[in-house]
Amino acid sequence: MKLLRSIVLFYKDGFVSMRLGKKLWLIIAIKLFILFAVVKLLFLPNVLDEKFKTEKEKSEYIMNSLTNSK
Amino acid sequence: MEHVSELVDWSRAQFALTALYHWIFVPLTLGLSFIIAIMETVYVKTNDEWWKKTTQFWMTLFAINFALGLATGIIMEFEFGTNWSNYSWIVGDIFGAPLAIEGIMAFFMESTFFAIMFFGWNKVSKKTHLLSTWLVAIGSNLSALWILIANGWMQHPVGMTFNPDSARNEMVDFWAVVLNPNAYSKFLHTISSGYVLASLFVIAVSSWYLLRGREIKFAKRSIIVAASFGMITSLYMLASGDESAHQVALNQPMKLAAMEGIYRGEERQGLVAAGILNPAKTIGDDKLDTFLVKVEIPYVLSVLGYHSLDAFVPGVNDLVYGNAEHKIMSVSEKMVVGKEAVSALGEYKVAQKANDEIAKQEAFKHFEASEKYLGYGYLKDPKEAVPDMPLVFYSFHTMVGLGSFFIFMFFMILYNSMTGDILKQKWLLLLGVLGLPLGYVAQEAGWIVAEAGRQPWAIQDMLPVHMATSNIAAGNVMITFWMFAVIFTALLIAEVSIMTKQIKIGPEGH
Repeated sequence: MKLLRSIVLFYKDGFVSMRLGKKLWLIIAIKLFILFAVVKLLFLPNVLDEKFKTEKEKSEYIMNSLTNSK
Repeated sequence: MEHVSELVDWSRAQFALTALYHWIFVPLTLGLSFIIAIMETVYVKTNDEWWKKTTQFWMTLFAINFALGLATGIIMEFEFGTNWSNYSWIVGDIFGAPLAIEGIMAFFMESTFFAIMFFGWNKVSKKTHLLSTWLVAIGSNLSALWILIANGWMQHPVGMTFNPDSARNEMVDFWAVVLNPNAYSKFLHTISSGYVLASLFVIAVSSWYLLRGREIKFAKRSIIVAASFGMITSLYMLASGDESAHQVALNQPMKLAAMEGIYRGEERQGLVAAGILNPAKTIGDDKLDTFLVKVEIPYVLSVLGYHSLDAFVPGVNDLVYGNAEHKIMSVSEKMVVGKEAVSALGEYKVAQKANDEIAKQEAFKHFEASEKYLGYGYLKDPKEAVPDMPLVFYSFHTMVGLGSFFIFMFFMILYNSMTGDILKQKWLLLLGVLGLPLGYVAQEAGWIVAEAGRQPWAIQDMLPVHMATSNIAAGNVMITFWMFAVIFTALLIAEVSIMTKQIKIGPEGH
């Protein structure tokens, strides 16, 4: 318990005493939000997951693609 | 067909943009982490507070680069699922293990040792802090290893078998994938190039201080560490580049031919050190000269590529049209075999639907006999097997030329630093500043050689890029391409402005 407390304090003190680090964390947070909440959800969905529900359907679709080439 | 071509072009352009942007940050992280560790080691050994301050300054710049580069690689994973869904399904089983190991390692390294490195000054012992700094350096380089194992597999697929039931390449030999010689030569060459870039970075910032007459002691010390590190690692980079070329010669001869602009292969093939390709030259044409001008070193390519003075190095024409004397199959012949593999997969699918086990086994036997050239079955024209020659040739020669120049530069800077004359040599300091953008040019050129050089393949000889893409609208990919271009540009502006602001503040104001 004492060890856990000192680890939490270590991180807390580290974050509190940051200067430039705060700006960097803000950039990281904005970037992660844009990537996961905007880019991933709205623009880059997993095509196979959207089209098919099961692994079997996905593998059949890929086999069809491989045997009926574009 | 026009839609497919447009889709492939935009998907490739988008992936290239993302990877090139990601690659701005990665090599500096790989190399700067070691330079910081070396500086901190000197601090722990000497107890000189100057070295602590020096370490902390470079650590701040390391943190900026790390924060801005963080998660830029994940966009490529998103793109796999959206633009390259066929490919990601087919390779999922192979890529899963290395990428999962990389993710877990990166998470533990970043959340523990990274925190000690930045938060732990005066809170943990000097030796524990130093150990954390070294572990951050080693850990980030090991992360690169797993990524390059995955990439090496695409360049030289080993340790797997294609399962037509799941339509996946499945791993049958983990160690063959992990110990793939292509991956190791690529890893060593890549990380050493990162060390060179980091050395150029430290030299550029320090040279800028010296030119302005600021931070003299700090800059001189930093230059000595960076130039020594750069000198050693650039020589190693040269050696690892030789091994990389050897692996390319063995597994991707078409890429080697494009790198060196060879149309007609020869024994005792020379190495073109520099040259201008004849734009009128086409595949199959044996009349026109390949080069308008060139500087060639006799015999060297045979030695580098095949470790033999007399070795035959095939050219594009030998590989496309075949060469009976040297037992090289033509692409047309490989296309016939590849179409048999595709047809066998079709037979397998029909037998599977009919629940006919005997027919399935028979079809699988046919497939196994022709599987090696499966990808060629999807080509329409033998010339499709040739990458963009000028792009690969000029990128390769830019990379090699700059790499050689950096060895000379490190030597000159180190020599003048040791003799104490560096402040008098303004031209050398200007060269030190200029070296940084050139380092980035060399980095990106190297990436283009590796990836554009293996075209048309997403997986070498197995899956061409047009079969790897998703069936989506090219317009959507084009929109996201421009969206990423805007996001990446904004992030790059943020990186450069934060970095330059910190550099201007300097170690004293840190």
